[in-house]
Amino acid sequence: MLETIVSVQLPVGEHLMIQKNRFTPLTSIPACKRICVVTGIHGDELEGQYTAWKLAAILNQHQEQLRGIVDIYPALNPLGINSICRGIPLCDLDMNRIFPGHSDGPVSEFVAHQIIKDLSGADVCVDIHASNIFLRELPQVRVSQEMADTLVPLAGYLNMDFIWINASATVLESTLAHSLNSTGTPTLVVEMGVGMRITQSYGDQLLDGIFSLMAHLGIWAGEVPDVRTPIISTDGNVSFANANTSGIFLPTVSHLAQVQKGDPLGLVVNPLTGETCETVFSPASGLLFTLREYPVVYNGSLIARVLGDTP
Amino acid sequence: MKKQVLFQVETPYREALDVTAYQFGGEEKSVAVVGALRGNEIQQMYTCALLIRTLKRLEEEHRLSSACGILVVPCVNHFSMNIGRRFWAVDNTDINRMFPGYSGGETTQRIAASLFEVISPYQYGIQFASFYLPGDFLPHCRMMDTGYQNLQDAADFGLPYIILRKPQPYDTTTLNYNWQIWNTSAVSLYTKETDCVDEATALQAVNATLRFLSKRGFLLDPPTECALPNIVQEEQLITVLSQAGGIFVRKHVPGDQVARGEVLAEVLDTGTAEIKSQVLAPAGGQVFFSHKAQLIGEHEVAFRLI
Repeated sequence: MLETIVSVQLPVGEHLMIQKNRFTPLTSIPACKRICVVTGIHGDELEGQYTAWKLAAILNQHQEQLRGIVDIYPALNPLGINSICRGIPLCDLDMNRIFPGHSDGPVSEFVAHQIIKDLSGADVCVDIHASNIFLRELPQVRVSQEMADTLVPLAGYLNMDFIWINASATVLESTLAHSLNSTGTPTLVVEMGVGMRITQSYGDQLLDGIFSLMAHLGIWAGEVPDVRTPIISTDGNVSFANANTSGIFLPTVSHLAQVQKGDPLGLVVNPLTGETCETVFSPASGLLFTLREYPVVYNGSLIARVLGDTP
Repeated sequence: MKKQVLFQVETPYREALDVTAYQFGGEEKSVAVVGALRGNEIQQMYTCALLIRTLKRLEEEHRLSSACGILVVPCVNHFSMNIGRRFWAVDNTDINRMFPGYSGGETTQRIAASLFEVISPYQYGIQFASFYLPGDFLPHCRMMDTGYQNLQDAADFGLPYIILRKPQPYDTTTLNYNWQIWNTSAVSLYTKETDCVDEATALQAVNATLRFLSKRGFLLDPPTECALPNIVQEEQLITVLSQAGGIFVRKHVPGDQVARGEVLAEVLDTGTAEIKSQVLAPAGGQVFFSHKAQLIGEHEVAFRLI
């Protein structure tokens, strides 16, 4: 059932609407559990669109297997997705930096407030992100250190390759996930793939994970596949490689390669002069789980992240 | 006056971004002034330029104290300004959400770190800042309520209002907040405009800065006297939201005194020009902020009243 959770008049003959699709059991089940699958906070991150579509398609066909409520929110920033804009086109703000919003705030904060209101109380929320357009990411769940005890066991069901427990920077306090987690709605942040693209294999992998999590919560009675055992790691095991010059980045390794500390990861080159400005080296030995996708780089651009081998 | 490049950012296909500062007086680290961190902060850059012109004259006339050093950085982000973008033109990140910066991080983190390394040792920090809501303000001083703020410093600018803001999580990476945390007494000055020049309020901000310099003894001229400012907690401002979307016709501008129930603006239907909604003052007071764009959506901040 389609529901509009917030609607605001735009200046000329149109509404900004955020919609969800609610799936419920065929017969009423008292005190059943609820999972929310949300995506599209950043208008340039489309990986979650495939997962949302396929989840809805399967639930449309197999509603008889439902034992709880599934709410799917494919576009929390519909104007952004519609216009290929990462932030909110109305104000150029990053929507994932304005939660929990405010009922009396400007429209962006009001919308954020309404979203929180609708999601609050769910038994679990899965917030699907792609990477931005610059980086390609291994399918992973990101969990803040203070929520790790609650979230890591749930994240294990999601069939992701990696659970990254990271220390929360202050700015992350204004994200959707932090706002929900800090008010008692467990929220898992999935990052996978790359911005402006859909990697269907990653979407299928996550979909298996969502059904596995639903089965664990008693929301899904159908069969679920076995899920992979993720690597669980903290910040201490993740090393970063940044460019120190500007130019065009040409990788010399593949995403997800096993690399050794000091291995070349790629070149930064100058197409005008023919110079090689820099060779970027791996800062550690391990799995290259993040790799630069967008070739233009500046001094400081993130090139890669390496998940260090466990000693 | 000494003009110096503080640091340089190499960028592909364009000239390097030279972040330039103008130094007055001696080597003391007394006052640092920062203008445009965003590409649309033309008024803030212009205000700095007026200040630089004035300080140059004052220095030539030996009216600056020899015991002070003043650094003015008019524009940090002309990389974006030159191509009409508000935030860092590559990844749309905001330099004013990157402080204190990180020299080993992403590009805007490195820019923030390079700038902060130069300006953080100063005793006083002044930022000509802009607000994220588009509209007109009454000129005012703004301070973060971190517990480290010194209201007297804001009062010495002589502007009629000081807004005290309790920092939200997203404020903790701004220049103003980090200056305070790192022991610089920081004040942000807001004038009427952002992406176009308003001569009158730019001059008002320059005069306010000169008054502050006089009060601290950095400028040898005696300070002009002015009334005590009103100190307002930001949450005390009355927000007036629009009830409909359409063409925004405002009837009052910042500075106007309004009575309870008075029509502040009308929202017209974009098809018929009929009045769809009136924006009414929920209380009497002075207009502090007003929406300026000709179009408005529902639930936008149309006015803020004191």
